[in-house]
Amino acid sequence: MTKVWIKRSLPWLVVIGSLGLWQLTCTVLQIQSFILPDPIDVTAALMKFPKAIFINAMYTLFSTLTGFALAVAFGLALGLVVGASRTVYDGLYPIMIAFNSVPKVAIVPVLVIWFGIGVVPAIITAFAISFFPIVVNVATGLATIEPEMLDVMRVLGASKWKILVKIGIPRAMPFFFASLKVAITLAFVGSVVAETVASNAGIGNLMIAASARFDVPLIFAGLVVIAAMGVILYEFFAYLERRVTFWAVRENGMVS
Amino acid sequence: MENVSFEECHRGSFVKLEDATIAYGGTGSALALSETSMSIRKGEFVAIVGPSGCGKSSLLKLVSGLHPAQKGSVTVAGRKVGGPLNICGMAFQNSTLLPWRTTLENVLLPLEIVEPHAARFRQQRTLYEDLARALIATVGLSGFEDAYPWQLSGGMQQRTSLCRSLIHSPEMLLLDEPFGALDPFTREELWDVLQDLWLKKRPTVILVTHDLREAIYLADTVYIFSPRPGRILSRTEIDLPRPRQLQHTYAPHFMEMTHALREQIVSGSRK
Repeated sequence: MTKVWIKRSLPWLVVIGSLGLWQLTCTVLQIQSFILPDPIDVTAALMKFPKAIFINAMYTLFSTLTGFALAVAFGLALGLVVGASRTVYDGLYPIMIAFNSVPKVAIVPVLVIWFGIGVVPAIITAFAISFFPIVVNVATGLATIEPEMLDVMRVLGASKWKILVKIGIPRAMPFFFASLKVAITLAFVGSVVAETVASNAGIGNLMIAASARFDVPLIFAGLVVIAAMGVILYEFFAYLERRVTFWAVRENGMVS
Repeated sequence: MENVSFEECHRGSFVKLEDATIAYGGTGSALALSETSMSIRKGEFVAIVGPSGCGKSSLLKLVSGLHPAQKGSVTVAGRKVGGPLNICGMAFQNSTLLPWRTTLENVLLPLEIVEPHAARFRQQRTLYEDLARALIATVGLSGFEDAYPWQLSGGMQQRTSLCRSLIHSPEMLLLDEPFGALDPFTREELWDVLQDLWLKKRPTVILVTHDLREAIYLADTVYIFSPRPGRILSRTEIDLPRPRQLQHTYAPHFMEMTHALREQIVSGSRK
């Protein structure tokens, strides 16, 4: 009973504790608000432009989720192909690693030349930065099927397709959901980075505009909004993971 | 497909190995199984015993068509084996159940794959479920149909695995140390479960095991294999009446047989 209560309240306590420490540091060291605003200043900035912040947040959320949805569709498909076929794996891996090694900030200027300022560069950057972990995880899930499991299927005369549907895809689901939690937070990074360079709207753009006016509390307000959206979406996918792949997340599974 | 001589059909040889050789990693490398010939009747219960790494599991892969023979030939049910046959059921030491499926769903798996069941699985699901429930009941797992494998004990998982290997009524059952990881009491309990299932359905069984008592208790014929590369050292017919009972394993006659076969394994390993 008390253990459950501690487990539930601990994340909130840590957040409140961190905010308190932040506030205390700023107050005691008398740090100027344009260098590091304290939580009260940030809250004030949030309250000052609630409508502008909300609209820009929705804009960022839209480009993030669109890019993420593309990454899920593309990443899942590519992951299944790469994981199911050794030949495709060998052929595609080097180029995928090369692509992933390119800093995504570096491609934003190119995207601006191609698509102009707007929502498209943000969507593409969110997609580009978040699809790789999905591919790798899904492929790993498929590639690590126990050989005996495959023998059981092959002895029954199962086709490659049947093995993929009956064993491969369900087996890859825990890996897939684990990657979604990483990918959604990365997608925010991508869209916000693109917005700071190549957009007229969104939280990234809001922060650039605020920094031009030395409105540091508003910059921090933007960061807080992104962090909050990230946590909410992460929790959503964690919830989905527990519902769909409950068989992989067993109780008392943690080594304690 | 290769024609079988009238004589072979007459003798009723269901599985036939002729000078079958398996090498892993291509020719020239270490042999897993060397020029093995054996003949198994339809419905015969064969046990293969030998030290670790004597190619026992390779033999199962050969017979099931999972692994080709480098030399020699394998014939099952009058046909030369070229690829996986779909007349087999298989069970391993590790139960290899799917953790996202319940006991019932795990047992149903072969019916979703093997024809003609797979084609009519959707329409006749309730019928197949009844079939699976009945089989689950015969191995003493009633009440656990909706449990997941990770909620079952090792013995219960192996019972489920046995059901899965038998649900599509395969003509041949290939068992690779299915009771190897169980405690002695559960193991002996499952011997009887397997014996009952075999007496009821009479598939041809090839059981690979380390346990001589298990081999003698269950099999009609016990083959002793030499260490790598595996060769047949001896073939012994067990003429104990069926159904066999556990107390028989403590009878002097049974003990003598166990010791005699044990001697062969030990002296074979020394060479």
